[in-house]
Amino acid sequence: MSSNKKFLQEELTRMSGVNPKKCMKCGKCSGTCPAYDEMEYHPHQFVSMVESGDIEPLLNSKSLYRCLTCFACVDRCPRGVEPAKLVEAVRLVAVRKQGANHMTANDVPAMLDDDIPQQAIVSAFRKYTK
Amino acid sequence: MQRIGVFVCWCGSNIAATVDVEAVSEALKLEPGVVFSTNYQYMCSQAGQNIIKDAIAEHKLTGIVVCSCSPRMHEATFRKTAAAAGLNPYMVEIANIREQCSWVHKDVPTGTEKAIILGKAAVAKVNLNAPLIPGETPVTKRALVIGGGIAGIQTALDIADAGFPVDIVEKKPTIGGKMSQLDKTFPTLDCAACILTPKMVDVAQHENIRIFSYSEVEDVKGFVGNFDVTIKKHARYVNEAACTGCGACTEKCPQKKVPNEFNLGMDNRRAIYIPFAQAVPKVATIDPNYCNMLKNGKCGVCAKVCAAGAIDYTQKDEYIQEKYGAIVVATGFNPISMDKFDEFAYNQSKDVITSLEFERLTNAAGPTAGKLLRPSDGKHPHTIVFVQCVGSRCDAKAEKGKEYCSKICCMYTAKHAMLVKDKYPDVDVYVFYIDVRTPGKNFDEFYRRAVEEYGVHYVKGMVGKVVPEGDVLKVQASDLIANKQLHIDADLVVLAAAIEPDKSARPLATKLTASMDTNDFFTEAHPKLRPVESPTAGVFLSGACQGPKDIPETVSQAGAAASKVIGLLAKDKLTGNPCIAHSDEMMCNGCSTCERVCPYGAITYMDKEFRMPDRTTAIRRVASVNPAVCQGCGACTVACPSGAMNLRGFSTQQIMAEVDAICK
Repeated sequence: MSSNKKFLQEELTRMSGVNPKKCMKCGKCSGTCPAYDEMEYHPHQFVSMVESGDIEPLLNSKSLYRCLTCFACVDRCPRGVEPAKLVEAVRLVAVRKQGANHMTANDVPAMLDDDIPQQAIVSAFRKYTK
Repeated sequence: MQRIGVFVCWCGSNIAATVDVEAVSEALKLEPGVVFSTNYQYMCSQAGQNIIKDAIAEHKLTGIVVCSCSPRMHEATFRKTAAAAGLNPYMVEIANIREQCSWVHKDVPTGTEKAIILGKAAVAKVNLNAPLIPGETPVTKRALVIGGGIAGIQTALDIADAGFPVDIVEKKPTIGGKMSQLDKTFPTLDCAACILTPKMVDVAQHENIRIFSYSEVEDVKGFVGNFDVTIKKHARYVNEAACTGCGACTEKCPQKKVPNEFNLGMDNRRAIYIPFAQAVPKVATIDPNYCNMLKNGKCGVCAKVCAAGAIDYTQKDEYIQEKYGAIVVATGFNPISMDKFDEFAYNQSKDVITSLEFERLTNAAGPTAGKLLRPSDGKHPHTIVFVQCVGSRCDAKAEKGKEYCSKICCMYTAKHAMLVKDKYPDVDVYVFYIDVRTPGKNFDEFYRRAVEEYGVHYVKGMVGKVVPEGDVLKVQASDLIANKQLHIDADLVVLAAAIEPDKSARPLATKLTASMDTNDFFTEAHPKLRPVESPTAGVFLSGACQGPKDIPETVSQAGAAASKVIGLLAKDKLTGNPCIAHSDEMMCNGCSTCERVCPYGAITYMDKEFRMPDRTTAIRRVASVNPAVCQGCGACTVACPSGAMNLRGFSTQQIMAEVDAICK
């Protein structure tokens, strides 16, 4: 595994507190996931891809934003792996990354409506000005 | 002054790779009392033992120190070597420089330093050792088997066939255990009852076997060869000797709404009942929680219909005292409770059942007379989903489930799937698995038959949730190979619940002073080489009380336990352990502290006359140890406030000498 991959892997396990090595590959997380059909990579794949260091595809996948963080997988995982926490960590890495934004801060005002929470607007500016 | 020989073992490279054995034997040469010191590649080998024997003769050694592996491994070996050379075996000390030194250290200087220190401690101890002569105790030639399932039955039959009397204590009204509830057995699909009930009859008719059914072990005292056991025989309110098992009472009893535990509550029995047709002993039992006569004195129907006059509402629990030479634990297992597994809707739908419940549903003597019908509406199911590993292989820190693999589920689920397809080829059967584990003779072939011949759908993945909706069970699961989420409308969901040791095992282990692991399985004396013996002498293990097991394995282990028991009972006398406590009467102040801490009841007090100064005498109360009962645990030596109690072979002086040698 390259040092970059290794760094990312360690970063993810540290941030999430998830140890992907505990996974016994039973697939119960994906069996229980309500957003399964919306996702390109499913909960068990998040765990196994982080474990093997194959993280780049996850960072670029829309699956990241399909996870509802309902924690059904966390509740039911027999090995206590907590896949949703790992998805959350991958999401954080993607969000914190500089560049690779799919829009700029200038695009934000046009997208605003009354329903968007204040916090989301502030976050969007923070993210897209990077 | 002792003449001590030191023998340092290399254990191949096990010790020699981390410990400079030459340096150890040279350093120990300088210790007080040491007259000879050497090292050799394998001290336990014939050649190594000869080195010891020759040195004892040549250097007139009075004590030896072997720096080698753990005394649990080879202390007995080297004691025999010493005895063969004419040295008292208790003049041998082992310095454990393998498990406690070479295996835990990485660099040679540290390992060598520690090995020398451990050797010095052993030398210091041998300097204070005295020859000890073990006593002998007689053996009671009768065995007790606790649990009357297939494990207990087989153990009892094997011991009884060798000519020794055996008592079986079974807490249920009949022997037979879990196997009596099973339908067919893998991998041959012969019916469980057909192969079990003849054995139950053999037990009942064997002249050397007594069955205490509806009974439990209340108390155990004593030690190997001489256990004193109190058995509590619960009142069954039926005179066992008079009852003919005709069953008239069980048909006439008006209390019909008692959940039938034999069918796991899927149908009802009466308040007076015989668990099943082939029960042994075939005697009725009154359930005091439901009997109207026992609860409020109104009824008495069973007494009226009993032609044998066997009903006795005044019967009391009975306590039986018996002596045994050996005890076999065969307390078996139970499926775990499904209460915490809400995702499978076990408590929400009657059509979500456990595998043991499924056994009763397919059994000809079960609640549906062997027809596969849904418990909720009695309809024939068309789609059945089996879920493997429910509560097995869970994280140790998880709130629910067990960490271990329950071992039998893969095979019985393949059997269930096959039985369904055999009787009802129209039924769609899915088995969700994590791994299919089939190590065993003809086991994998059996599982492949389910897939290839019977067309059972094996899906690698796990069921995430089951939701009852109308009269179907919506099953959502993952198919990891197809990388899809599956949605199946099932009529019946069968959960392969993990198995756990029977709840009676833990309190029993306390009574037997037998050790258990964190899962409440009994621990064996050695996981590979002494699998049917508990570390407590005279206590043996049979069947699933030691770990999850199928029937073939249980029967082999039962036979192995029986052979160990026979080996013990065949002896007329047992050589005791001479390392036992004794009291210095001049120091004892008669406080009774030791008597209270002794777990074996080996200490008594007596009034003894002592000569005092000025030619007077005084009567003082002093402790006295029964050498046949003392096991040398040392509890009394620690508890004694005046230091009067001491353990032979492990005296306070010897242990302090070891500590001094280490700290010097």
